[in-house]
Amino acid sequence: MSYNYDAIIIGAGHNGLVTAAFLAKAGKKVLVLERRQCLGGAAATEEFFPGFKFNTGAHDAGLLLPEIVSKLDLQKYGLEFIDSQVEACALQPDGTPLTLWRDVKKSQEEIAHFSKTDAVKFPQFCQHLEQLTKVLAGVRTSTPPPVKDLNFRDLLPWIKSGLQLKRLGKQDMMAFLKVLPMPAIQFLDEWFESDALKGAIGASGVTGSMQGPMASGTTFMMLYHAIGSSCGFRASKFVRGGMGQLSMALAKAAKQHGAEIKTGVEVKQIVVNEYQAQSVVLANGDELSAQAIISNADPRRTFFDLVGAPNLGPQFNRMVKNIRFRGTTAKMNFALSGLPKFKGVANPGSQLSGHIIICPSLEYLERAYDDAKYGTFSKQPSLDIVLPSVLDSMFAPEGQHVMSVTMQYAPYRLKSGDWDEQKEKLAEVIIKTISKYAPNFRKLILHQHLLTPLDFERDYGLTEGSIFHGQMGLDQLLLMRPVPGWGRYRTPVENLYLCGAGTHPGGGVTGAPGYNAAREVLKDLK
Amino acid sequence: MFSKKFANYFILRILLACNFEFFFEISMPIPTPFHLRTSVLCKSHEWRNWSGYLAAIKYGPTHDHEYYAIRNSAGLIDVNSLFKYEITGPDAALLVDRIITRDVSKCKVGQVLYTSWCDEAGKMIDDGTVQRLQENHFRITAADPSLRWFQDCGLGMAVNIENVSEKLCALALQGPNSRNILKEIFTGADLDSLKFFWLADGEIDGFPVTISRTGYTGDLGYELWVAPENALKLWDALMETGRGHGITAAGLDALDMVRIEAGLLLIEVDYISSMKALIEARKSSPFEAGLGWSVKLANKDFVGRKALLAEKEKGSRWNLVGLEVKWQDIERLFDAVDLPPLVAGTASRLAVPVYKKGKQIGQATSSTFSPLLKKYIALATLKTEYAEPGTKVNFEITVEFVRKQAEATVVQTPFFNPERKRSCPKSE
Repeated sequence: MSYNYDAIIIGAGHNGLVTAAFLAKAGKKVLVLERRQCLGGAAATEEFFPGFKFNTGAHDAGLLLPEIVSKLDLQKYGLEFIDSQVEACALQPDGTPLTLWRDVKKSQEEIAHFSKTDAVKFPQFCQHLEQLTKVLAGVRTSTPPPVKDLNFRDLLPWIKSGLQLKRLGKQDMMAFLKVLPMPAIQFLDEWFESDALKGAIGASGVTGSMQGPMASGTTFMMLYHAIGSSCGFRASKFVRGGMGQLSMALAKAAKQHGAEIKTGVEVKQIVVNEYQAQSVVLANGDELSAQAIISNADPRRTFFDLVGAPNLGPQFNRMVKNIRFRGTTAKMNFALSGLPKFKGVANPGSQLSGHIIICPSLEYLERAYDDAKYGTFSKQPSLDIVLPSVLDSMFAPEGQHVMSVTMQYAPYRLKSGDWDEQKEKLAEVIIKTISKYAPNFRKLILHQHLLTPLDFERDYGLTEGSIFHGQMGLDQLLLMRPVPGWGRYRTPVENLYLCGAGTHPGGGVTGAPGYNAAREVLKDLK
Repeated sequence: MFSKKFANYFILRILLACNFEFFFEISMPIPTPFHLRTSVLCKSHEWRNWSGYLAAIKYGPTHDHEYYAIRNSAGLIDVNSLFKYEITGPDAALLVDRIITRDVSKCKVGQVLYTSWCDEAGKMIDDGTVQRLQENHFRITAADPSLRWFQDCGLGMAVNIENVSEKLCALALQGPNSRNILKEIFTGADLDSLKFFWLADGEIDGFPVTISRTGYTGDLGYELWVAPENALKLWDALMETGRGHGITAAGLDALDMVRIEAGLLLIEVDYISSMKALIEARKSSPFEAGLGWSVKLANKDFVGRKALLAEKEKGSRWNLVGLEVKWQDIERLFDAVDLPPLVAGTASRLAVPVYKKGKQIGQATSSTFSPLLKKYIALATLKTEYAEPGTKVNFEITVEFVRKQAEATVVQTPFFNPERKRSCPKSE
């Protein structure tokens, strides 16, 4: 049978583009199909208010695999990182914020205002975190071993991680095994006493999860977000021109190697014949065939909407149906006429150049989760704010700013009402929360744009608004991601692969699922 | 090794502590809607827990009378314990086709199919009948609870799956006189033209009854489906009318013998549901369970098809066959210890080894002496190479505590297949 392409990739999210670039680089004939007009999926920069650019989804590329940047030579295609000197400015209700710097010594000085003992321990903590995350970094690029028919070759990449773990020494190895399933609050309580510090560091442990920091497995998430960081906070890197520039660079690299990328083309169906994926049917009725069909969409969308449950086994379907998605994140973007004046921020030029965190304590975060648990959005939410225009003039006209706010918790399932009706109320809560810390904020708003979990589902195709294509609970990781036994990017349908965040290692702008999927697809394509 | 033993011991302790409830449903069985009648008739007071319901093992001191009634006049059997599901909606036919191994498009409205259904690995979960009540309305009978499985199979389909096990009562009227009994009281359809594995709606004494020409006896017979409020009225009407036709309430012992004569499988005896099998080796494909004829691999997809295609290509390891044990051998073995042949008068569900040249080649899972055929017969699962009809094998038989072997011949089932099972007075 002759195919139109070697590989068709459904969805031009950053992972889809990574897969496309690596397949094209290996000489394969690749086509990428994106439903939206804009590339990058949730790693995109869009202009929905004239003169202002917004990171619609993610706003930090700190987790991107360095090997993707180097192997694809992304710098050549316009990717430029901006490292801010300040990692985070954690706002406090009583005024003085806690600023964490890339320079650990400077952070120590700041922490000392909150707790002298914490300040002393901080460098050791950073070192400890770095050691633990090094093991995870290796795991990110290894394909999980198969459940059945385990052979030595499939275990090889894991031996490396095993050795790395062993090299930590007995004490740290035990610490590593102990902390992975730990609640973030307990892990941080063992280190620190300052609520401000624990809140600032621990907030990343619940990203994208329907869980509070007192839940098991949140330490793992914290570590996952800290891979590659050496300053105690989550890994952070901004992209000049916005996250869209990363996706553009990936697209350019892919095109340079011969890949075709089409936007505004919706795939309606993956055609399965005798348990083999053969082609995709587009919204306009066209059918395109390929030897490998690779879906960047999340597993439920891929299997239920594109393949169709009746083409898959009931036992497999049951697992897909039971994947926990449960989106909890809302994203709000603002066009501002000036820089907000945050209370206690003496040096806005530097202090506001990193993440601005509103999570004064882990207790505060847990209470925010309580609202979500009972089906409403948090009345006092945890906010992760970035003002990319502070360091990058490409975002807004001179003197004006854009603000990108990731809000948690906004549960996909509401106890009463729906998101279209609650949207205004949520926007108001976010503005009020920010105004508490920056009283002049409301007056500066020129334009606002809110994405609720429902918007993420409708506009970005994220099931239940889950930004990670499925919660990254300990039971939905590794060889259990997306579902147990199918952690190797392949699916029960032959020639159909997954390359999105729903596969190992998971969500965030890492490019790792796409990178690993490309490697596995190439093994099969030969 | 040690740890495995320890783990097994530990599991055993847990199971003992909870009376093996994990494996067997040790709940108090409840009466069926026919219990007010059956309990009066059941002089033996012998009951068995059949899927949570009390089912009479035999009504009199022995089951012989009931056995002969099924074969010579009519037996009335309470089969209410069957699980019943109704599938409706625009995709109903699609779903049933996806569940079962047979082709639903070949099943017309009013027709019934006997079929098995499998898991994704092509291993049998259960077997039962599918009644097509309307174009998109099916009723499936099953031996085990199946709602979850049917729902899983129907994911993404426009169907409604309802467990009607308690909304619908079932009685089986089986035997050569069953048609004549029904003809006296059933109105709404002509039973003389109702073909084998077809059904008809009608009335008895003014209440609605669905009659299907199906059963578990391999004889002329019917199963009757009514609402619970009419259950006793149906029983009474049948017993009253049947009196002149030799009707007898029949229990499970008699049923077990006739179903072996008819070559019909019993779940958990002749094959083990893949949902309950503790180890892979205990699972069977329909090919291995002698139901290869019911697997339609062409023109349709169903759960397990991929695996069954591969099995068909590779060949099956096992095959379910009938065995006729040589009576002279049994006589000789008992005679050697000065005993007359002692074989149980009831069916045995105890698996016994089957040998060929001293090596075990399989096991007989159900066996019985057939009073009608005057033969000792068994259903056996044998390695495929020994499953050819006519093959001589050895059947283990214990004589005076010593294991002996009697010669047995592989035969095609059913052992007993009367013309009346399928015949229709009107169409001939």
